[in-house]
Amino acid sequence: MHVVEYLVIFAILLAVVAFVSAPVRRALAGRSDDAGADQAHAGSLAELEAAREAKYRELRDADLDHRTGKLSDADYDELDRTLRGEAIAIMHDIDRATIDEQ
Amino acid sequence: MALIGRALLIMALGTAGFGIGASIHGARTGRREWVDAGRRSVYALAALATIAFAVLEDAFWRNDFSFNVVANHSSTTTPAFYKLAAAWSSQEGSLLLWVFLLSLWSSLILFLVRKRAWEITPYATAVLLGFAAFFTSLAAFWANPFTTSANPPAEGAGLDPLLLHPTMMIHPPMLYSGYTLLTIPFAFAVGALITGRLGAEWISLTRRFALAAWLFLGIGILLGALWSYTELGWGGYWAWDPVENAALMPWLLITAFIHSIMIQEKRGMLKVWNVSLVLGAGTLSILGTFLVRSGILDSIHAFGASTLGVPFVILLAVMVMGSIGLIVWRREQLRSDARLESLLSREAVFLFQNLVLVGMVFVIFWVTFFPLISEALTGTKVSVGPPAFQPFIVPLALILVLLSGIGPIIAWRRVTVANLRRNFALPVTAGLVTLFVLLFWPGGPSSRPFALIMFALAGFVLTSVVQELWRGVAARRAMTHDPVPLALVQLIRRNRRRYGGYTVHAGLAVLLVGVAASSSFQHSDDVILSPGQKAHVDGYTIRYVRPVETVSSQKIGFGAVLDVTKGGKHVTTVTTVRNFYPSQNPADGLIGKFFDTSNADSEVGLDQNLRRNIWTVINAQPTPLAPLINKGNSVFAAYAPQVMTKAAKLPPGQAQSAMNGLWAERDLAVTEIARRFVTHPWPTEFLLIVAPLVSWIWLGALIMGVGGLIALWPVPSFARRRERVASPARPTAPPPVPVREPV
Amino acid sequence: MDPSRKRAIRLTVALTAAVLLASALVYVSFTAGNKEFTASQLLARGKPGQTYELAGTVLNGSVQRDGTTLMFRIRDPKLPLSVPVRYNGIVPDPFAPGRAVMVAVEKGSAGTAYIGQGNSLTTKCPSKYQAAAAS
Repeated sequence: MHVVEYLVIFAILLAVVAFVSAPVRRALAGRSDDAGADQAHAGSLAELEAAREAKYRELRDADLDHRTGKLSDADYDELDRTLRGEAIAIMHDIDRATIDEQ
Repeated sequence: MALIGRALLIMALGTAGFGIGASIHGARTGRREWVDAGRRSVYALAALATIAFAVLEDAFWRNDFSFNVVANHSSTTTPAFYKLAAAWSSQEGSLLLWVFLLSLWSSLILFLVRKRAWEITPYATAVLLGFAAFFTSLAAFWANPFTTSANPPAEGAGLDPLLLHPTMMIHPPMLYSGYTLLTIPFAFAVGALITGRLGAEWISLTRRFALAAWLFLGIGILLGALWSYTELGWGGYWAWDPVENAALMPWLLITAFIHSIMIQEKRGMLKVWNVSLVLGAGTLSILGTFLVRSGILDSIHAFGASTLGVPFVILLAVMVMGSIGLIVWRREQLRSDARLESLLSREAVFLFQNLVLVGMVFVIFWVTFFPLISEALTGTKVSVGPPAFQPFIVPLALILVLLSGIGPIIAWRRVTVANLRRNFALPVTAGLVTLFVLLFWPGGPSSRPFALIMFALAGFVLTSVVQELWRGVAARRAMTHDPVPLALVQLIRRNRRRYGGYTVHAGLAVLLVGVAASSSFQHSDDVILSPGQKAHVDGYTIRYVRPVETVSSQKIGFGAVLDVTKGGKHVTTVTTVRNFYPSQNPADGLIGKFFDTSNADSEVGLDQNLRRNIWTVINAQPTPLAPLINKGNSVFAAYAPQVMTKAAKLPPGQAQSAMNGLWAERDLAVTEIARRFVTHPWPTEFLLIVAPLVSWIWLGALIMGVGGLIALWPVPSFARRRERVASPARPTAPPPVPVREPV
Repeated sequence: MDPSRKRAIRLTVALTAAVLLASALVYVSFTAGNKEFTASQLLARGKPGQTYELAGTVLNGSVQRDGTTLMFRIRDPKLPLSVPVRYNGIVPDPFAPGRAVMVAVEKGSAGTAYIGQGNSLTTKCPSKYQAAAAS
């Protein structure tokens, strides 16, 4: 019974080591999935995309607040202009970041 | 199998250690293959923990009493569902459950974010694996669930009868899911602080997990309260016990975080608040896990002093000092991008709500730990009971409910007086009408000012939520001309965070109405009754109709059927039973072991509806049966050895028959003695409670849970449509402006 | 008003509120709390008219009932002595001889037991049984 248990343990250990070390072994063999990915750049782009999604949400929330009477027309127009300006600025930054990546 | 289990724990520890090193190395060198190896370590850890947990559950299922934890917490007569759940009723099994759940949630989030947040994720992975390594090493070296004994007993000790209740069995996994889910935003906050990437990205990554933690922890707290009310014989649902408080504190902080992150997303404000809240919630979740195991505070939940206290204190110290250090180091990047423009704004309301919630946590923390604080300062432990909480928590709760009503109807950035008039008129009117109606209601709550204010505030909150839904539906119908039900569904679908949150607020109001009413207007009586006698509680007459008894291999029950009438009219009939579970102590005797009062629990006789609860419990004691029990013990003490001696000389089949005959005679004697509770009943103690609106607590919690699920559900993909519309591939042309769509 | 002055005022108000809350909390804690004593500490230092949290284990064989009154003795964790308690109120389900309990008590008149305050008795939930013996 113990022999079987030791075999099972050894098999699990092998499987774990093989699975966990696979990316490192592939890189050492020169077979990386995504050679040359610029992680710092990808991080900035992701940050901008998160900011863009947040700005869209803010635009929609302001729109809903206006439609449900929590913002006057004048306040809403000013807020909408400000938010759209901020959204456009973020999209400019995304465009620049995307071009840099290319 | 135990050997496999022990090996799995060691492998899990090794995998966690490797993963920590690989993730940090990958982050510092920018080498993605090491980051991937770190992530795969988490997946492997989840697999190992799952197999280990399966090995443990298999041992419980097979009644393998060679496993010490199975022998001490299960038995052949434990029902199947409780056998599986008994795995986490012990220190050892619960540690393994912690590792299992932590590795599961960690794997899920790392899989979901595998293509994002390259800088933050490796550090978050290292932190999560650090927690996993901590709990795995506790399980491997201090409280191993796979320890065995060479001479296993033939029968296990069984589960504590108080835990033989469905809510009690689901309560720990829900709580642990909440605690482990809280480590994820904690880990990503640490990663964000280390890397300095403190914008919206880490929040958008972890917001859902913070909300899931809120939901699971809330369900866990609710199940504990429900178990306490329906299973324990005291008629209450919350005792401000230290371990209850330890689950409530992180829940309050994560509530604050979920609101506060909206402000960071929209305005880039409250960054220090947000990292502090999430780091605090994560630390308090570890503190809660520590409190249950350490015995440092007197609690009905505490498993008593154990050697696990020191490692937890070290971990908590590292978390606290590390959190403070990181925030101080990154204080420049944590400066707000904008300022609070007006105190009449939703930002200000959220800020006040943060202050109130943190204030509540501070009060609860102080009073909970006061015995230790006072001992450190004065040398004497001073205990401050539940009455100390009321003067602070009640007013803070009232303010919180008020803010939860204002929040949905106040706009961002700033409001005008005209807006306030338009949006507040109806809810404030509803609140005032509620107040005045109840003030002058005959027999109403005018004598309890705090309860009265809570009811009025609930009217305000519920009206504000309904107003918001109504106006949202109207706005949608103005564009789409949908029928009202469809418009409502689409409105909620497209604005899940908003309306999920409003639903939670409505649920909170309902829940706190239930708390206020049941605690302020409860009537109770502790009486001794014989069959036929009556007691009177809050206008209800409760008559002890007849005694009942139940006998089974698992327990003996002494109960009563009670008839409830009001004004001569029949209201309900309830049955309450006190169950006695067989003891394992030979000194109790062969008969006496079945009447052991130290292994007892109560079945509450409960009749509940939306208006009131009638809660009854019997405190039957077998004391009058002592002469018969003692006689039975003597008779069988002499008789049983004779039968056993004869049986030892017989062939196996006949010996078994002889023993079966002995136990059948014993069972007959026990049944006849127990029957005397019905044939010769004696005066018995009852606790009778009539309390209004208790069901509103469970109903309110259910509404909050539904709201949480709505908010948690993934948003529809119109955001992705915008991405295709706003094509990034034409740098010379101006980018298109986001289009307006139906709300 | 100058924005920085506004912020200063808001911060002052917030800090004042926080200090007031904290002070009230500290005051209530020290004045409304009961000292936690073991049986030996209670016998040595307990004063009449004061309420104490008595913590210890229920002495085996000491539990008796008289109507709705529960009588038991709580023993000291280290010294071989115990104090008698008379208690009226909710008795938690896990209450039994040998279990750890805590109850708020006041010294009775000379020679009688300590009087337990109603509904103040709490019992630690036992986490495991003793090892099973063959039946």
